[in-house]
Amino acid sequence: MALAVQSLRARTTLSPRRTETGGNTSTLWYGIVAVMFAIFAVLDGFDLGVGIVHLLIARTEAERRILLQSIGSVWDGNEVWLIAGGGTLFFAFPAAYASGFSGFYLPLIMVLWLFILRGIAVEFRNHIESPVWTPFWDVVFAGASALLALFFGAALGNVMRGVPLDANDSFFLPLWTNFRIGPEPGILDWFTIALGLASVAALTMHGALWTAMKTRGELHTRARQLASLAWTVVVLLTVMLLAILPLILPHIARRYAARPWGFIFPIAALGSLAGIRMSSRASRDPAAFLYSCAYVVTMLAAAAFGHYPYLLPSISDGQPGLTIYNAAASSHGLTIGLLWFIPGMALVGSYFLFVYRNVAERLGAKS
Amino acid sequence: MDALTVDRIQFAFTNVFHYLFPQLTMGLALLIVVLKTLAIRTGDAHYDEAARFWARIFGINFVVGVVTGIPMEFQFGTNWSAFSKSAGGVIGQTLAMEGVFSFFLESTFLGAFLYGEKQLGPRLHWLAAFLVFLGSWISGFFIIATNAWMQHPVGYAINADGTFGLTSLAAMLTNPWAIWQYLHNMIAAVVTGSVAMTALGAFYLLIHQFEDFGRMFVRLGVIAGLIASLLMVFPTGDGQGRNVARYQPATLAAMEGLFENHRGAPLVLIGQPDVDARKLDNPIVVPDVLSFLTYRHWKAEVQGLLEFPSDQWPDNVALLYYAYHIMVGLGTIFVGVFALAGLLLYLDRLYDTTLMLWALMLLAPFPYIATTAGWITAELGRQPWLVYGLMRTSAGKSPLVSVGSGLFTLIGFMGMYAALAVLFLFLVYLEIQRGPGGAEPASSHDALAAAN
Repeated sequence: MALAVQSLRARTTLSPRRTETGGNTSTLWYGIVAVMFAIFAVLDGFDLGVGIVHLLIARTEAERRILLQSIGSVWDGNEVWLIAGGGTLFFAFPAAYASGFSGFYLPLIMVLWLFILRGIAVEFRNHIESPVWTPFWDVVFAGASALLALFFGAALGNVMRGVPLDANDSFFLPLWTNFRIGPEPGILDWFTIALGLASVAALTMHGALWTAMKTRGELHTRARQLASLAWTVVVLLTVMLLAILPLILPHIARRYAARPWGFIFPIAALGSLAGIRMSSRASRDPAAFLYSCAYVVTMLAAAAFGHYPYLLPSISDGQPGLTIYNAAASSHGLTIGLLWFIPGMALVGSYFLFVYRNVAERLGAKS
Repeated sequence: MDALTVDRIQFAFTNVFHYLFPQLTMGLALLIVVLKTLAIRTGDAHYDEAARFWARIFGINFVVGVVTGIPMEFQFGTNWSAFSKSAGGVIGQTLAMEGVFSFFLESTFLGAFLYGEKQLGPRLHWLAAFLVFLGSWISGFFIIATNAWMQHPVGYAINADGTFGLTSLAAMLTNPWAIWQYLHNMIAAVVTGSVAMTALGAFYLLIHQFEDFGRMFVRLGVIAGLIASLLMVFPTGDGQGRNVARYQPATLAAMEGLFENHRGAPLVLIGQPDVDARKLDNPIVVPDVLSFLTYRHWKAEVQGLLEFPSDQWPDNVALLYYAYHIMVGLGTIFVGVFALAGLLLYLDRLYDTTLMLWALMLLAPFPYIATTAGWITAELGRQPWLVYGLMRTSAGKSPLVSVGSGLFTLIGFMGMYAALAVLFLFLVYLEIQRGPGGAEPASSHDALAAAN
C-alpha cells in the first residue's frame, strides 16, 4: 500500500507524459469533463447573468418579460450541460465525484435549492399577473442567480485550492472557519470568496452583453452601460487572480513552469477582454458577446490546464490527492464510454442545428 | 436516529416527490403525440387545441420534474459517496448516457414544441412532440437500467481495490431485470397520464364546462387507460414478478407475507404480517395461486422467508408487504374501472352515466399512490442490499456526513418541496379553470414582437 502511494505520488509529480495503459484515455476524459463544464459555464452563464442583471436594468413589466423571454426556451437546456457534465465526471472519475460531492455537502445541497428556486421563478412568474406575484419571483430569480454565480466561483476555488483528504480520500468541509487558506480550511476563505466575486462580475458582464445583443432602445443602452461597468471589475479581478494564483497554488505554478505553452490560455483570456471592449465600442453586440464566451472558456481552460492532472488536490500531509490516474474508472469503462459519447454528442449537435434552422432562425429574421 | 436512517429518508423523500412529476410527463408525452397525430389525420383543430392545453399542464410538470430531478444525481455523491466510489464506474455510465441521449433531446425539442408551433408547421411540430416523448422515454430507460443493475448486477467485475468495474455495457443495457422493470414502469406512466386525462374530462363533464373537450379526454383516456392497465398486469407485471422470484426469492417471500415454504402457495389478498411471530394475522387467501403465478404450476414449491438467514431479509418486511399489496390492489382496481368505462363507451352511454364519471374523476390520485407503492416495493425489496448480494446499504453512505448535516438538508428539502407542491397544485388548478381552447399557437416571436 505504501509502495502504491509512493509510486502514485511519483507519477503525479513527474512528467505528465505517460505510457501507463489508460493514461491517455483518462486525459481525454479529463478534457471532456472540462469542456462540458466550460460549455455549461458559457451557456448557463448567460442566463444566470440575465438573472443577475434582471432587477438592475429591466424596470418595467414589459422589459422584464423581454429579459425572461430571451432565456425562456433555453435555460433548462443550458442546465443539462451541468447534469451531463456531472454524469460524465461520475462515471469517468467515480472516486473524485464521491469525495468532492460528499465533502462539499452543505454548499452543494444549497446549490440544488437555489436551482429549484430559480427554475420555478422563471417558469411560474408569468402564470399570474399580480403586483404581489411577479415582483416576488423577480427577486427570487435575481437573488438565486447571483448566489449561484457566487457559489460556482467559490466551488472552482475550492477544487483548485485542495481539501484535507483523509486516508480514504474523504473529507468534510465546514462552510467557513477563519477565512484563511491554512491548516483548517473552510469552503469560504478569502481566495474562494474572491473567485466567487470574480464569477459574479464575469457573469454580470456576460448576461448584460447577452441582453444588449437581444434588445433595443433604453433596455439596450442600460445593458451596455452595466456591461461596461462589469467589464472594468472583471479586468481588475482577472489581473489580480492571475497574479496571485501561482503564489498560493504551487501545483499550478509548477505545471505552467513545466509546460509554458499553457500560457496561451490566460493570454487569450486577456485578449478576449480586450476584444469585448473593442467590439462594444464599435457597437458590435454579437461580437462582444462572443468575446465574452471566449473569455469564460479560456479562463476555465487556464484553470483546467494548470490543475491537470489533479481532480482534487490534498492539503493534508501524506495524501497524494485525487488525480486522473487514481480516481479513474476501469479502462474498459472509459474506452466503451467513448464509443457512445462521440456519436451522442454528434446527435446533440444535430438537435441544435435543427432547432436553429427551423425555429431560431425564423425568429431572428424578424426581430 | 442515526445518519444512515437520515440519508435513507432523504433519498426516499426526494425520490418519491420527484417521481410524481416525470410519471405524468412520460405518460402525457405519449398522449400528446396521439393528439397531434389525430389532429393531422382528421384535420380537426380541436385536437390541436387539446394538445396545446395538455402541453401547458406538461410544461408545469416538466419544470418541477427537472428541478427536483437535479438533486437525485447529486445525492449519489453527497449522501452515498462510498457507494458512488465503488459503483460509479458502472452506474455512472448509464447516468451519463441519460444526460447525453435523453436530456439534450428532451430539453431542446420541448422548447421547440412549446414555443415553435407557428414556425415549425404541423408536421415538424408533430416531430417535436414525438422527440420530446422519445427523450422522456429514453430517460426512463437509463434510470431503470441503473436501478436494475443495483437490483440484479450484471456485466461487471470486481477490481483489485474492491470497486466495481464495467465489463459489458451491452449486458448492463439488456439486463433481464431492466427490460421488464422498464416496460412495467413506462406502462404505469401511461396509466398515470390516461387517468389524469380521463379524470379531468370527467370533471369537465360533471361541471358542464368545456364539454366537447371533456368527451374527447374521457374517450381517449379510457381507451389508453384500458390498454395500459391490462398491459400493466400482463405481461409486464407478471414478467417483473417472475424476475423477483428468480433473482430475489427472499424479497418475493416478504412481499407475499410467506414465512413457511409452501407447495401450492396461496395468494394473500389481505392480512397483517406479524414479523416477530413469523406469521400472517387474519389472512384472506386464494390457495395455490402464488405457485401458479410464479412457476406456472399450481403445486410448485415457493420458498418462505424462514428459508433465508434473517440478516438477508428485507429490513422492513411489513412495509414492503403493504407497499406491494397496495400496488397490486390498485392495479386490479384500474383494470376493473377502465373495463367498465370502456364497456359504457362502447355502448355509447359513458358521457351521461354520472356515477361512472364520478368514479373516473375520483380515480385521479390513485395511480400516483400505485407507482409510489411500486417503487417502495422495488427499493425496500432490495434491502438490506444497496447492490443486491454485493454491497449492503449500510456500507454505501458518505462516511463523514453527520446526522446534523443530513437533518439540516432533509428538513430543508421537506420545507421547499411542501411549498413547491402548494404552488404546483395552485397553478395546475388555474390551468384547469382556464381550460382548453381559445388559445393561439404559442410563439416566442409574438411575445418578443409585442414587447418590442
